[in-house]
Amino acid sequence: MGSQGGFYQSKEFLDLVKSIGEARSKAEEDRIVLNEIETLKRRISEPDIPKRKMKEYIIRLVYIEMLGHDASFGYIHAVKMTHDDSLLVKRTGYLAVTLFLNEDHDLIILIVNTIQKDLKSDNYLVVCAALNAVCKLINEETIPAVLPQAMELLAHPKEAVRKKAIMALHRFYQKSPSSVSHLVSNFRKRLCDNDPGVMGATLCPLFELIARDVNSYKDLVISFVSILKQVAERRLSKAYDYHQMPAPFIQIKLLKILALLGSGDKQASENMYTVVGDIFRKCDSSSNIGNAVLYECICCVSSIYPNPKLLESAADVISRFLKSDSHNLKYMGIDALGRLIKISPEIAEQHQLAVIDCLEDPDDTLKRKTFELLYKMTKSTNVEVIVDRMIDYMISINDNHYKTEIASRCVELAEQFAPSNQWFIQTMNRVFEHAGDLVNIKVAHNLMRLIAEGFGEDDDNADTKLRSSAVESYLRILGEPKLPSVFLQVICWVLGEYGTADGMFSASDITGKLCDVAEAYSNDETVKAYATTALMKIYAFEIAARRKVDMLPECQSLMEELLASHSTDLQQRAYELQAVIGLDAHAVACIMPSDASCEDIEVDRDLSFLNDYIQEAIEKGAQPYIPESERSGMLNISNFRNQDHHEASSHGLRFEAYELPKPAVQSRIPQTLIASTEIVPVPEPMYPRESYQTTMPSIPSDAGSAELKLRLEGVQKKWGRSTYTPATSTSNSTSQKTVNGTSQGDGASTVSSMRETYDSRKPQVEVSHEKQKLAASLFGGSSKTEKSPATGHKAAKASSHVVEKSHVPKSSLEVASEKATPAQQPPDLLDLGEPTATSTALQLDPFKQLEGLLDATEVASAVNGAPAASRSPDIMALYADTAAGIHNKNDADLLSGLSNPSVTNMPGTTAMPQVTQSSSKGPNPKDSLEKDALVRQMGVNPSSQNPNLFKDLLG
Amino acid sequence: MIKAVMVMNTQGKSRLAKFYEYLSVEKQQELIRGVFSVLCSRAENVSNFIDAESIFGLDSRLVYKHFATLYFVFVFDSSENELAVLDLIQDVLPSVFVETLDKCFQNVCELDIVFNYSKIHTILDEMVFGGQVVETSSSEIMKAVEEISKLEAASNAISLIPKSASGWRSR
Repeated sequence: MGSQGGFYQSKEFLDLVKSIGEARSKAEEDRIVLNEIETLKRRISEPDIPKRKMKEYIIRLVYIEMLGHDASFGYIHAVKMTHDDSLLVKRTGYLAVTLFLNEDHDLIILIVNTIQKDLKSDNYLVVCAALNAVCKLINEETIPAVLPQAMELLAHPKEAVRKKAIMALHRFYQKSPSSVSHLVSNFRKRLCDNDPGVMGATLCPLFELIARDVNSYKDLVISFVSILKQVAERRLSKAYDYHQMPAPFIQIKLLKILALLGSGDKQASENMYTVVGDIFRKCDSSSNIGNAVLYECICCVSSIYPNPKLLESAADVISRFLKSDSHNLKYMGIDALGRLIKISPEIAEQHQLAVIDCLEDPDDTLKRKTFELLYKMTKSTNVEVIVDRMIDYMISINDNHYKTEIASRCVELAEQFAPSNQWFIQTMNRVFEHAGDLVNIKVAHNLMRLIAEGFGEDDDNADTKLRSSAVESYLRILGEPKLPSVFLQVICWVLGEYGTADGMFSASDITGKLCDVAEAYSNDETVKAYATTALMKIYAFEIAARRKVDMLPECQSLMEELLASHSTDLQQRAYELQAVIGLDAHAVACIMPSDASCEDIEVDRDLSFLNDYIQEAIEKGAQPYIPESERSGMLNISNFRNQDHHEASSHGLRFEAYELPKPAVQSRIPQTLIASTEIVPVPEPMYPRESYQTTMPSIPSDAGSAELKLRLEGVQKKWGRSTYTPATSTSNSTSQKTVNGTSQGDGASTVSSMRETYDSRKPQVEVSHEKQKLAASLFGGSSKTEKSPATGHKAAKASSHVVEKSHVPKSSLEVASEKATPAQQPPDLLDLGEPTATSTALQLDPFKQLEGLLDATEVASAVNGAPAASRSPDIMALYADTAAGIHNKNDADLLSGLSNPSVTNMPGTTAMPQVTQSSSKGPNPKDSLEKDALVRQMGVNPSSQNPNLFKDLLG
Repeated sequence: MIKAVMVMNTQGKSRLAKFYEYLSVEKQQELIRGVFSVLCSRAENVSNFIDAESIFGLDSRLVYKHFATLYFVFVFDSSENELAVLDLIQDVLPSVFVETLDKCFQNVCELDIVFNYSKIHTILDEMVFGGQVVETSSSEIMKAVEEISKLEAASNAISLIPKSASGWRSR
């Protein structure tokens, strides 16, 4: 065996390693290392260090960096070592740089040349060292520099070199598939290499290529099968045996590849049956590696087109794994079982006791794997036991990552298979209580919707019962300290909506609890907002029922606090509450209809209530509305002109290339002129700009909302949360749309889509503490109904998925457009990036003033070619982009426009009169537009950033 | 693909760390700490596999082996087989440096102090290349390493560590 002497380590290094090993504290270790760094810093820069010493210093540096300290001062020395002639020094240099540097490091440039040279070296050890560095240090840009040499090495006489050259190419492929895509055929060629080692190495890249694109490699099935056959029949030389197994690693890779190729392909799979069957028979199951191959066979069998005989062999092996004492084999067995039950669900039954054992094993890894298996085999008959177990386990662990995963699995299973509403709500309560902050907010919204809608059966009684049981359980849970925010939101919403519905609890009970929540979680604004709205609902229902409302003192003080809150949202809610309390019963009943959270919100997208008004305006001579689809070019301009109006809402950096303006389209703009908004009053005829400024407001809510919507499209959110915030939406909707019922703001409950996912069949499964019984509840249910219902159930499961899917897009779309829009608004409004500059420029726009003095053409000639002119197309294009966005979002825009106060404040009433006014005054719009277009074409744009230029030119 | 190879002692001090994708030194330390905190909470006689997704991200498994005072850890994705990787750790690595131990130290516990840092890097490079296992036969690996060490020995007049010629195998 190898001589230690080859790898020289000085006494000093050993002492260092030893002293670090013996260090009793992190501080002591750090002191030793810092000391060492000082020494190395000093020594490494001394002149004329012998190579052997230098090599050792570098190794010490590597060691230091491994311990987490910065060794960057020595990087350059490592790079220098790669240039050395001596192989040993070079190797150490390469080793150090591969550990120190990444492919984008500045020093790489100094190494590429050396690598190129070394790849051509006669000494294969040098070539190997260089190839090793290639794998780690070459990036997309430097691949072409070494690719030709690497290709040549594929035909190198030494198999070790060929093998490494293949791996280097594989690495190139991983880093930049396009750079070597034309060389992929080389992998196929190397598959026929004389050396089995090289062939085995080729399987790595092929595996990856096949995983990405199975169909182009179907022709290789026969080759792979025959290679596997030869390997399994021990046709390779003894040198490739490993624990008496013939080349097991090659077998494993081949089985993995066959699994990919045979998946869902009957013809290809049939070619594999014999060889896989042979391996099952021959494989030695007493060694680790033999079992590894067997496990891989099972994976392959469960992936390819099923074959009963092979499935049987697989099941045998699994039972051997599960019966073994080794935890590793049990683990593999559970994993394999999870794969196989997809094809033959009945095999789980034989192993029920083994599975239960694994579930109760102290080994966490095994336990988790078993939960994964249970998750895969859950059905409506065993869901209660499984989810119960999962939640118990979830509570017992601290690993947040896994907690999140298991919580979402519980939710998924509960939603899919819940046997009863009661159970569902209890289960969700447990999940929320223990992992509330880890689950997706959507889960909470689903729960609220479920409570609001019931289970879709026309049984109001059951729904009412469900709600009262939810209310009851929540009132109880509120006693617990420290509940997760998401859960509290659900609780507040449900209490507000249904707290007093069944008359079991009085308004003061519920409001008292809500005030407690708001007080106890006073730094959680979302919860406070939910609590406030819930309070408002309770009071509104009381008023509507013509009962006397007495506000609790704690509630009054809470309101006082909120009225002065820093959060505008909380403030608004508080004011709304105040306002609602002051109203009479009839008005309140309209604003807050009881149990109306599921009512459809009718959105009058055509704004038909404005029809009379428009008619009147048109009769007075106003221009009719032009649909957005017919005025593409115009919006560019109107947007651009309107910057000062809409500056607040139109901003953010845009990265698209600028487009040239399209002046021709401008002629379509309706001329709606008023001078009221102008800074400088101008005589109308020539100057079309003002007309644009009013176009926007004069197209009532469509354009307005479109413009606002634009913002959400093209602009990246910088601060916004992408999830919807109940805050803004509630206040918007409650304040504006009494029709809607007030509750919609609180959740996804707005949209009434029936949930058909809940399987309300009642499985009669008894849970008991005995293992046997546990097994029976996990597996037993299946034995009775296995054959046909199992598949029937699968179908049901699949269809429920479909149903869910078909619903979700619909509902979530509406919710998104309604809710998400306002929620995202604030960040955008803040997102002022560059706009201030442009808009002030516009306000000071000299062009505007000039227009009063000069003929447009004059201006054009005067300023033509001025540097400022180059800016013009840019700004135009800026808005051209956004204009394009509008057309796609027609419907959503309308909605968002409606629910957004800033827009709805100004429609119709204010805008319309302008239309009527202006139309009478309007000059010939076509003329002026064409002139403007001409000016633009000549390169002058009023948006010029340099007002002084004009001043100079024009005095 | 193999993502990382680590060797650390039972106190969490790392003895070797090799990552096959570049990671900053800080990130490396974080991962090593993460792995250690999981490893040290494992009981004896449990499986050698750990689901490492919470430390290394999606699709990552971890196989470890406890030898004397050292943990040998391989982190990899689903394109490798856990049992096979375990075999690699069990067979290939120890055969390399245990020879030293055999000869020089009576006490196995000192194993973690003496293993040869640059040599184990060389061995790993022969075994795992660019994140893929390319050589699994320990004799092949030793042959390659030997060739290199011969060269090295020739250039070094002094050798502070006594040579050993034992063919000690781990199992």
